[in-house]
Order: sequence, then structure tokens, then C-alpha cells
Amino acid sequence: MGLRKIAIVPALNEERSIAAVIAEIRAADPEFDVVVIDDGSTDSTAARAESAGARVVRLPFNLGIGGAVQTGLQYARDHDFSIAVQIDADGQHDPTQLPQLLAPLVAGEADVVVGSRFLGERNYKAPFVRRIGIRVFAAIISGVVGQPLTDTSSSFRAYGRRAIAYFSRDYPHGFVESVEATVIASRCGLRLKEVPVVMRQRLMGQSSLTLPLSIYYSIKVLVAVFVGIFRRSAYELKEE
Amino acid sequence: MTPFRVSIFAAIAALILLAVVFELMRSRRLQERYALLWLLTGLVVFVLAVWRSLLGWAANTVGIAYPPSALFVLASFFILVVLLHYSTVISRLSEQNTALAQRLALLEHELEQTRSRG
Repeated sequence: MGLRKIAIVPALNEERSIAAVIAEIRAADPEFDVVVIDDGSTDSTAARAESAGARVVRLPFNLGIGGAVQTGLQYARDHDFSIAVQIDADGQHDPTQLPQLLAPLVAGEADVVVGSRFLGERNYKAPFVRRIGIRVFAAIISGVVGQPLTDTSSSFRAYGRRAIAYFSRDYPHGFVESVEATVIASRCGLRLKEVPVVMRQRLMGQSSLTLPLSIYYSIKVLVAVFVGIFRRSAYELKEE
Repeated sequence: MTPFRVSIFAAIAALILLAVVFELMRSRRLQERYALLWLLTGLVVFVLAVWRSLLGWAANTVGIAYPPSALFVLASFFILVVLLHYSTVISRLSEQNTALAQRLALLEHELEQTRSRG
């Protein structure tokens, strides 16, 4: 028997793309269970996900991406999955790249694997300001965690058992939580590794980030990261 | 020296504050842990009102020329502390709220699964 694997798909009003994303994950690797965390959608996201064959956990109200991802990790922990992958519901993550993302976990080289848009082939097209923002964050976070990182805000991530155990208890809430999660991971002794991935344009919809919001989130994340350096771990990671 | 009439008035105001806080605690509308800061505020105002030379002395010590200003400084300080305390309370509540929502969603999912199986 192989490792039990689950894809966590946090979704907020993604009825147009959710079924396709689930089908793609299934097609890419039939061994994957798919759990959609419906983060308070007001459209038919949950129903479509269910008829596409996914398990659906419905949050009673919107918690933000961090709370939704954590719910998925709690699900993975409760059901004893050994690998969990976070995949966006808008179709920008390509499930055919799952093998690259999982390889370091399977080999036991890492606890958290991040799919980076800036390693290897670079075909990531984002607005100039966003690219600069991501680079600046990458430089700061690399310094904080003492390991070169190129893409700290990528949400295409895979988690091994230790990461699932830790993050299901302590995961940053709100939006743009992935940067904080990176710092928390390294602080509590989880091994990080980046692998190159190619991301697609979103199947549907637009990025929800406007410039003022980006600035607000940048400041929020910088403060969180700074405090995070001095914060105690929420709990000790036990060696298994 | 605080003028006599101000002293009487302030003492009465402080006693009313203490009485209101006490009544809220007695009728269980205010938990003890949140009442402590208010009780402290009432007590400090009361002491400053009754001990009439204290405010002038305290103001003089920290270099405030006009003693009533010291009262405002103290009052704003207490308000800041109370508000900061509320921020910590809200943070804790929102964290617990998130945890409850997650637990509820997961349990609801389990319940549906169990029902559709049975």
C-alpha cells in the first residue's frame, strides 16, 4: 500500500472552476482523496464539488484562506493521511505537477514542499509590482529562516506528517498566510524545500488583490513575520 | 490641594462607578476578570479624591504644573489599558471562534458521512 494522500482545496465561490480542478487532480493521480473546504461560499461550490466526487467540509462562515487550509490539515490529521497537498480552486495550480511536489516528501527530505514560480523555467506572468513584491519578501524571509527561498507566497504546497501535525494546531489565519506559515515552519523545526512549478493563468476570475490591499497585507505580513521570530511555538513537535 | 467641593464630587463619582461595577458583577453581567481593571480605576479615583494633597504631590513629582492635567493623563492611561485588554480578549475570542467553526464543520462532515453509510 502506498502513502495515503489527500488534496486540500480551499474554495470560496468557485462554482465555475471547482469541478474541473477536482477532475484534474483525479486524472493526475487517482490515489488522491480530495477534500474541498468550502469557506462560506454563497454559490453552488459545495454542491458541484460533491457531485464531482470530492469530500466537502463546509465552514459555517468565511474564515479566510488560512483558516480553511488549517481545516483541511485537521481533516488530514483526523483521517490519518500522511501527505496533504494544498491546491487552489481557481485552477492556477496544475495537478500534473504533483509528482515533483511530492518527491521530497516521499524521499523523506522535507516536511513542507513549496511549489516555486521562480525556480527553473520562468514563465510566471504577473504584474510587475507583484513580482517585485514577491522578490522582496523572498529576500527578507530567506534571511529570517536562514535558507534561500525564491517564492514565499506560493500556495501550491505539500505537507508531510510532521507538518500536518503541527499546522493543524497552529496555522496563521487570514489572507496571505503562506509567508507567515513559512516562518512558523522553520521556527518549529519543519524542513522546507522548494521545487520548481509552472503555474497557469487562472481558469476563472481575477486576483482579489488590489494595490491598497497588497500594501496592507504586506505590512501585516511583515509585522507578523517580525513578531513570529520572537514568538514561542504553540506546541512542541514530537518526534515520531 | 484639590478644592473641597471637587473632592466631594469626585469621591461620589468614584463610589457610583464602584457601585455600578459591583452591581454588574453581582447580577453576573460582568465577569470578575474583566471587572478588575474597572474596580482599580474606581479605587484610584476615589483615593485621589479623598486624599486631597496626593494629586498635587504626584503631579509635582512628574513635573506637571497643573494638577488636574495629571488626572487627565491618568484617565487616558486607564482607558488605553482597558482598550488594550479588550483587544487581547477579542483576539482570544476570535481564535476560539475559528477553532469552533473548524470543529463544527469537520464534525458535520463526519455526521453526514455516518448517516449516508448507515
